Amino acid sequence: MAIARKNALDHPGLPVSEATAADYFALLKPRVMSLVVFTAFVGLVAAPVTINPLMAIIAIAAIAIGAGAAGALNMWYDADIDILMARTASRPIPQGRIEPRQALAFGLVLAVLSVLTLGVLVNWLSAAMLAFTIFFYAVIYTMWLKRLTPQNIVIGGAAGAFPPMIGWAAAMGSISVESFLLFLIIFLWTPPHFWALALYKSGEYGRAGIPMMPNVAGPASTRRQIFTYALIVALVGVLPFALGYVGELYGAAAAVLGTGFVIASASVLAAPRDDPSMKAEKSLFGFSILYLFGIFAAYLADAVLQRAIVAIGG
Amino acid sequence: MGDDFVTLTESQKRARRSRSVAIALALFAMVIIFYAATIAKFGHGFLDRAM
Repeated sequence: MAIARKNALDHPGLPVSEATAADYFALLKPRVMSLVVFTAFVGLVAAPVTINPLMAIIAIAAIAIGAGAAGALNMWYDADIDILMARTASRPIPQGRIEPRQALAFGLVLAVLSVLTLGVLVNWLSAAMLAFTIFFYAVIYTMWLKRLTPQNIVIGGAAGAFPPMIGWAAAMGSISVESFLLFLIIFLWTPPHFWALALYKSGEYGRAGIPMMPNVAGPASTRRQIFTYALIVALVGVLPFALGYVGELYGAAAAVLGTGFVIASASVLAAPRDDPSMKAEKSLFGFSILYLFGIFAAYLADAVLQRAIVAIGG
Repeated sequence: MGDDFVTLTESQKRARRSRSVAIALALFAMVIIFYAATIAKFGHGFLDRAM
């Protein structure tokens, strides 16, 4: 009670926090976290080694919390621009439910805890990669690139692409061409995914002063770049099959999904310039999410199937 | 003296309770995780070593 009395006297009118646990959970960007959990899980399961299920759960949880910590640090730093965009204005800091310094402390504590847990209980290579990912997202992307260059999400996309490599490293204690290919798929997928969103949210990004590609190079150039990236993603998507790392199930899924991605991007390229509904761009954004979940689900299914065949055959 | 104390509103009390429960659950989960991981990594034998 003494603490409460001191605070009240030192800061008359100081608001007492009304932040709930749900507000703190929102700082972790749960939707992004779900993608991180899924791709890290695929990397971990695809690794050709048997990992203790408990260690697998701990590894995935630590990676998820590390990604959440990076999200909290992002929201702490970006609170000034989040309030300017409808997409982000309802976040806990712009809404005044959580103070920026509380979000900073929350993010830093979770970052340290997640990295140490992964290091102590799983292995230090995956922990070092998780630490680098958090640093890359919070500092390189959020603090440096995001407000500086239209290549922000191209380079920053690496942060979102690391989780399957971390999952693989957690299982194997090493990195490999296979895990690098999973990284590459997400890395190359990120620009067309975000630029589709940026095309129909260019007004908001413009108001916030974020130099997204459509605001800097214009919609026409962005549409051409989206199409180019989609072509590259479609080709890289089938590489794990072409190089013999996975079977026909994945190869067929990657070919179909890649073709769909290219067609959706071509629709954006051919869309009428004066279409205010931005239907093609919205469709591409939706399809890009389906593409990533689909291709990783196929990779997972193929890895599980191949293991089952080996087990039955053995 | 009554004016010296902070009187929480109902919504502030609810929010504080929500945060307290979440912290308790997180701490409990961490204890379980580290206990289970220790057993998984070292087995029950780690308790038998000479002190």
